[in-house]
Amino acid sequence: MPARPKIILSVAAITAMLTALVAFALPAKPEAAPAPQAVATPKKQSDSTADHSKFKELQKNFKTGPEVTEACLICHTEAAKQVQHTKHWTWESKDPKTGQVRGKKNIINNYCTAVLSNEKDCMACHAGYGWKDSSFDFSVQKNVDCLVCHDNTGTYRKLPGDAGHPVYKRREFPPKSGKFVEAVDLKKAAQSIGMPSRTNCGACHFFGGGANGAKHGDMDSSLQHPGKYLDVHMNEKGLNFFCTECHATKSHEVSGSRYNTSAAMTGPAHIRGKADASPAACQSCHGDKPHPQKDALLNQHTDKLACQTCHIPEFARNDIGTEMSWDWSKATIMGPDGKRMVRKDSAGRRAFDSQKGAWVWESHVIPEYRWFNGTSTYKVIGDKIDPTRTVQLSVVGGGPNDPESRIWPTKVHRGKQPYDVENNYLTVQHTGGEDATALWHNYDWQKAIGTGMKAANLPYSGKFAFVETELTWPITHMVAPKEDALSCAQCHNKNGRLKDIQGVYMPARDGKHSSKKEG
Amino acid sequence: MAAEKIYVFKRFERFWHWSQALLIICMLITGFEVHGSYSLFGFEHAVSYHTVLAWSLVTLWVFAIFWHLTTGEWKQYIPTTDKVVAMMRFYSVGIFKGEPHPYRPTKLKKHNPLQRIAYLGVLLFIGPLLWLTGWFYLFYGDWAVWGVNGFLSLEWVAFFHTVGAFMMLTFLIAHLYLTTTGHTPTAHIKAMVTGWEEVD
Repeated sequence: MPARPKIILSVAAITAMLTALVAFALPAKPEAAPAPQAVATPKKQSDSTADHSKFKELQKNFKTGPEVTEACLICHTEAAKQVQHTKHWTWESKDPKTGQVRGKKNIINNYCTAVLSNEKDCMACHAGYGWKDSSFDFSVQKNVDCLVCHDNTGTYRKLPGDAGHPVYKRREFPPKSGKFVEAVDLKKAAQSIGMPSRTNCGACHFFGGGANGAKHGDMDSSLQHPGKYLDVHMNEKGLNFFCTECHATKSHEVSGSRYNTSAAMTGPAHIRGKADASPAACQSCHGDKPHPQKDALLNQHTDKLACQTCHIPEFARNDIGTEMSWDWSKATIMGPDGKRMVRKDSAGRRAFDSQKGAWVWESHVIPEYRWFNGTSTYKVIGDKIDPTRTVQLSVVGGGPNDPESRIWPTKVHRGKQPYDVENNYLTVQHTGGEDATALWHNYDWQKAIGTGMKAANLPYSGKFAFVETELTWPITHMVAPKEDALSCAQCHNKNGRLKDIQGVYMPARDGKHSSKKEG
Repeated sequence: MAAEKIYVFKRFERFWHWSQALLIICMLITGFEVHGSYSLFGFEHAVSYHTVLAWSLVTLWVFAIFWHLTTGEWKQYIPTTDKVVAMMRFYSVGIFKGEPHPYRPTKLKKHNPLQRIAYLGVLLFIGPLLWLTGWFYLFYGDWAVWGVNGFLSLEWVAFFHTVGAFMMLTFLIAHLYLTTTGHTPTAHIKAMVTGWEEVD
């Protein structure tokens, strides 16, 4: 009688042991990346008539990026010329209204401050090869980087220090971190060519400012695999838009830019494919009366509000978060042992680094609201400042009486950064690099500013101090599903979100006897 | 004193009066919330209730105007100077001394001279002020199409709409007080419910 239970028991035991063995023997799952990686990027069906892996020009073990570009240009004869007209190449943009020449090359911000003298690092995000100083020749076609936007393997990487060249040799990065970055297989990358995916755009635009989500607040690696909550258009299980769906591109000119924003588009939705001045604007698909008739009252808001104001109720809606301030005056403070000190905040985001100063991060940030007509004026290198007050690094143009203006949500990034106390302009500092004057190598402001100002061709008095600065950028990505849009009382309230917005009458906010209660 | 009863308020008139009273009170409650005086239903609900009530009142008024015109009852609102001074004296002095009311309503003249003026004021001034400003308030989004964008501002439209609301509220309070001034405090109210007014 006891025989049968024994058999059952032993079979069960053996099964359990085998299962355990198999489980241990299988390779462990790769460590999860910071972004939610539950499912692989769904490949969009390629509509291309060309399979680049079959091209004989690409059956070659490319040694360098420019070699790949030369191969591309054999067929795509006009491509480099087109790219060379765009901001992705020039890092320069002229305001058609004010004539001001801005662009990453010329402005000073309060993240890494300025490109000049730091090209070797910054150009990891340049769509080109070899921009290491101001001697860079912008007319050389083979220096256009096709792969950074068109590689579809997801393995193409460019690191700071290489002036825009991809990783040619396996190397430890960040230095002394124990982490290694593999050399890019350029042949594989070249054969994978396709339309830009989120990975391509995100490689730079998600990580601007030197960390995931740091810069924009409405763009970070969570947009790689977003759910509906985060982004109703890019939702992987829904519309699954790639960046280029809105940023429709013609002749390599990517539409939609913070430098020239279409802030107040009016009229009905546009037909896709037709000449369209601002395809990236919400209205180009939704029109300026996007709500159904039963919500007609909402359509009455479009003469004053940007769509983004209600439909992006918060930005950085995840635990990646975004940087809200960068205090450079804390840089060069060393640890108790006299060595570089690095601290993270409770969510694992950079909070202090002897090289760079102190940061404050936030998630689920309520925007600050501003009238905005699409034109911002930027502080460019050499512009005078008034150090007795907070320096506005970008002034969003427009106001309540300007019909081209709407109330926009913005991210205001606050900073403290060095300026020349006698010449009253913000300084350019040489931060990146391993040389004798680089701030991140020598922890010496005077040397770093000296080199930076020399590169900028500006006199430096030898005296610097820190001044508070603000950088204001419109928020436009991470559009929430309609259920999460702002509700009426969040603004129609004495202490609502728009309590400081002037020049518009808002029921419940502006009644003479309005209550002070928060709705 | 044998009380004589006359049938003053016909069925539709009573229906019109009470439903209008209800609608106006609800509009005052929701309207002042939209204005921001307090929080009750929440702004969003207050706005949608206020809008539904407004359209209901418009509908009621269309019927009421039709009724007044077809029955000739509109004549009840023609102002008169007859006995006005006596009336004003009665309400400010006589009423507190127990003097008799100087006006005796009849079927043909159911409103006393002060009522005539007050109701005519509501119908010709407060009402239209609220309708007009409310209309522009509600259709703010069409101003550009109508071409009135240049000379209207939402702030002033809202201001005069609120002025109208305060006037209506003032009328309501005075009206409520005066309904209690019959020969018994509820006599007038009873008449408005049943249609029959007791006259001495």
